[in-house]
Amino acid sequence: MTDPSPSNLFKKPAFVQGMLAGLPFILIIVPFGLLFGVVASEAGLSDLEAMAMTTLVIAGAAQFTAIQLMVENAPVAVVILTALAVNMRMAMYSASMVPHVGAAKFSTRMLIGYFLVDQTYGLAIKRYQEEPPIGLPEKLQYFFGSVLVICPFWYVFSYLGTQVGEAIPESYALDFAVPITFIALVAPSLRSLPHLAAAVSSVVFALLFAGFPFSSGLMLAACISMVIGAQVETWLERRA
Amino acid sequence: MIDMTQSQIWTVILLLGLGTFLVRFSFIGLLGNRDLPPYLLKLLKYVPVAVMPGLVAPMVVWPQATGGEPDLARLLAALAALVLGAAMRSLLWAFFGGLITLYAMLAILG
Repeated sequence: MTDPSPSNLFKKPAFVQGMLAGLPFILIIVPFGLLFGVVASEAGLSDLEAMAMTTLVIAGAAQFTAIQLMVENAPVAVVILTALAVNMRMAMYSASMVPHVGAAKFSTRMLIGYFLVDQTYGLAIKRYQEEPPIGLPEKLQYFFGSVLVICPFWYVFSYLGTQVGEAIPESYALDFAVPITFIALVAPSLRSLPHLAAAVSSVVFALLFAGFPFSSGLMLAACISMVIGAQVETWLERRA
Repeated sequence: MIDMTQSQIWTVILLLGLGTFLVRFSFIGLLGNRDLPPYLLKLLKYVPVAVMPGLVAPMVVWPQATGGEPDLARLLAALAALVLGAAMRSLLWAFFGGLITLYAMLAILG
């Protein structure tokens, strides 16, 4: 980004496209953020502590895991390591962003690292792999456009959750609104055989390895599935 | 209620925040603009589709909200999102199709 001033960014089509792509996720972030605020304050965290966690970690599943373990009186190291294990998949997200944004400035890459949540990553990588290809400035604009729409809602609604202090009704089925966002992020790519093979393998092995400790089952399933995707692609190329 | 000292709580918050950042920054930070071998690039293309389905699968098959019992409304919602997203090649179709199916089925099935 040669000119990163905000007024200019809104004139960049890729930035606006990133924002638009992020809009539907607000529907999920709002109740999920509220729920975190409620759970954190019910567990006894002060507003400041809840907000520090939500802004420093920005990872719903890991935050809920941490709070639950703290309530159960787990030792500090166990809380930290278990919640971090929940986030290990993000190292793979990070690796898959390298070919696209690795050339960005160090400080820009730090910001990307901070904001690399499931939804911003999923939207960005989806766009980066679609036609027509876009250049580095547009890739960054798209990413930060989606960040601008998604992340502030997480902070604000986490805070409101700490203030309302009332549980979200069960009928909202929040536990399942979140998985649907993940399905929506990958389903459009399943029309290609290598992607489909990788996805099926991911499901099968993740279920088989579900009992493995510290999310290692998911990591193992993901590594196997990447190889399967790449091998099917190679096999199709040779046949063509 | 959490029964920890202030310093223990802040240790969790700060180290979890720092650790999460380091996990996310890891490869973009270390590798930067380095050229990656072609086979690695090929593998990396499959990260989203290798991670996200596996992340979701246990939540679909053994939802926490039902105590781990498979639940028809949730299964159908996942299926609707999957099929609509793939057929229409559209995130929005998957997203809204899945949510609408979920709430419609929860209303119908109780």
